[in-house]
Amino acid sequence: MLATSADFKDNSTRALQDKGLHKALQAARVALPAKRAAAVANLPEFEQLRDIGRDIKNHTLAHLDFYLETWERNVLNAGGHVHWASTADDARAAVLAICQRVGARTVTKGKSMVSEELAINEHLEKHGITPIETDLGEYILQIRNEPPSHIIGPAFHLNREDWEESFRKVHTQLPADRVFAERRDIMSEARTLLREKFLAADVGITGANFLIAETGSSVIVTNEGNGDLTQTLPRVHIVLASIEKVVPTLEDATNMLRLLARSATGQDMSVYTTFSTGGRRPNDLDGPEEYHVVVVDNGRSAMIGTEFQDMLRCIRCAACMNHCPVYTTVGGHSYGWVYPGPMGSVLTPMLIGVDKAGNLPNASTFCGKCESVCPVKIPLPKMMRHWREREFERHLQPMAVRTNLALWAWVAQRPALYRLATRIAAKALKLLAGKNGKFTTLPLASGWTAGRDLPAPEGDTFFARYAAQQRNQA
Amino acid sequence: MTQTASRPRVALFVTCLVDLHRPSVGFAAIQLLEAAGCQVEVPRAQTCCGQPAYNSGDRATATAMARAIIDAFAGYDYVVVPSGSCGGMLSSHMPHLFDDDPNTRARAQALADKTHELVSFLTDIRGMTEVAASFDGTVTYHDSCAGLRELGIKTQPRELLASVSGLTLVEMTDPEICCGFGGTFCVKYPDISTRMVSDKTADIAATGAGTLLAGDMGCLLNMAGRLSREGSPVQVRHVAEVLANMTNDLPAIGQVRP
Repeated sequence: MLATSADFKDNSTRALQDKGLHKALQAARVALPAKRAAAVANLPEFEQLRDIGRDIKNHTLAHLDFYLETWERNVLNAGGHVHWASTADDARAAVLAICQRVGARTVTKGKSMVSEELAINEHLEKHGITPIETDLGEYILQIRNEPPSHIIGPAFHLNREDWEESFRKVHTQLPADRVFAERRDIMSEARTLLREKFLAADVGITGANFLIAETGSSVIVTNEGNGDLTQTLPRVHIVLASIEKVVPTLEDATNMLRLLARSATGQDMSVYTTFSTGGRRPNDLDGPEEYHVVVVDNGRSAMIGTEFQDMLRCIRCAACMNHCPVYTTVGGHSYGWVYPGPMGSVLTPMLIGVDKAGNLPNASTFCGKCESVCPVKIPLPKMMRHWREREFERHLQPMAVRTNLALWAWVAQRPALYRLATRIAAKALKLLAGKNGKFTTLPLASGWTAGRDLPAPEGDTFFARYAAQQRNQA
Repeated sequence: MTQTASRPRVALFVTCLVDLHRPSVGFAAIQLLEAAGCQVEVPRAQTCCGQPAYNSGDRATATAMARAIIDAFAGYDYVVVPSGSCGGMLSSHMPHLFDDDPNTRARAQALADKTHELVSFLTDIRGMTEVAASFDGTVTYHDSCAGLRELGIKTQPRELLASVSGLTLVEMTDPEICCGFGGTFCVKYPDISTRMVSDKTADIAATGAGTLLAGDMGCLLNMAGRLSREGSPVQVRHVAEVLANMTNDLPAIGQVRP
């Protein structure tokens, strides 16, 4: 996927003018936080669970090599195959090699953000293999040729009318007078059409919410059951998982699952939670003949031991973006790559370079809402600030910003000079504003005054008035 | 230390926006602190808490400014700040600037431990439960992000406002969502910031309140500026002005005495 994160400002300006997007975001920004809040209120130990989740992830990351090797051994014992991929290229090559070896023509896919990161679909298409997205949201995006705008609700930016329009345009074999009154009608049409694709697919690709070291299992959660059909019906199941998905034990996985759905959608549990351990065994009635896991690093191991290590705790629940006032104002596409919102603003600069994604960690008010709802307590604002520090060190910010900051800092570190400068500024602004008490335009402050007036100050600084008061009292 | 148990020595951290834009908030703070039995001093060497540098990634400048603040505010019993944002900078962030300098880290932590936002200091530390003030009208209260999420300020201003005679508080649908100020965010991303503050002013308008209150000048200037641009009649004030009973003599933010 071509990154447009560097154009975040232009992307967001376009997004702000998109009325349909605004409608979709306005509905979600109220509904999703309310659902999470209700789910959290129903589980008194939720706050303790967040600490447990954080500790499980921290412990695993501190011993990542041990748990990955344990997990690999148990996958092999269960008859599965493990492919280690340090780069996106390695991962794409591993997936393609499996598909080509079994002569795959069509591949069904469950929803997987790492597959978006790797641009697996484009790679398969280039080699004559047809990928079919089976998650309802991903399915419509494939029809519309759009990337996901949200990590769990890929079509977050669309309204029901958009779905209906796209389905009518593409499903021309169905009666034109059919009615789409509800989400259920859309779901049922997609289900009917996808059924034959599930049965015909040679390979099924899913992501993994967790890998479990002690059993060698992969876990996926879905609400539509599409993931189960993707991973059990074709001859070959390929799991795409990044290295930080591993947890030590089944019990750890269940603790994480208790956090995941509540944080994501406000459900106690997702509708389907499926554990896969190896392929079909001799007496099994169904399941794939081959079970492969492609384990992707793609820049993540470089985060270990740095100020960004905590980001590897992320379980991709999307609570941070659901609650982010910036994300719910500009939508996911503005962020310009696979991972939007606060978690994307930390992760994207790591994966594609801060020179290409430097806008993202700056596009935050540091309101702290994301950190307050994160199920594994990732200090997201702190890490966005770390990215700003790296940009500052590398002189990546605009010259004007650096100059203004340097000038301000020089004055602010000289209190006597600062007293004089602020006093002149306060008096001048008061005088210039006159009877209006405000500025509707002001040179050098057009960013502020484009959408707001600038209220004029009272007229003299606190320190000048305080000094005068002290003199009078003396 | 010159502390006497009954009359602690409190240093006021004025904040740069109160100093420059709304000095009356500083005087309101002094008045409230004195009413709470404190002896108030204003160290001359202070300018700004350093957040513009800290949040722009200029850690060296933020650290240098922090050292000056640690020196200027040593020796007081408490440091009180009429802002959750600057208060949070001193009490939550500043010690971490010295994580690899144990001596300064300890001094920074000592400062952090005695620093409080104004309204929460009055209620939580000084046990104030009411103020001698009156305000004839309906107000709504915006919870500024840093005060709310870094310092846990939510009930304290509401508790004191409830004691103001004649005042009625009406809550917004979402008083806790960010107003879009965000320090340099509002000038770096003015389009997004304007949309965010417009969502906020719509929520404010829907309450029917005649006055908007909050505890942070940055948020207040942002919301006041947007309300003014929209031609809204809603008046905007720092909560300390109401608690210190100053509203009869002091025009609202951006208003001029007739």
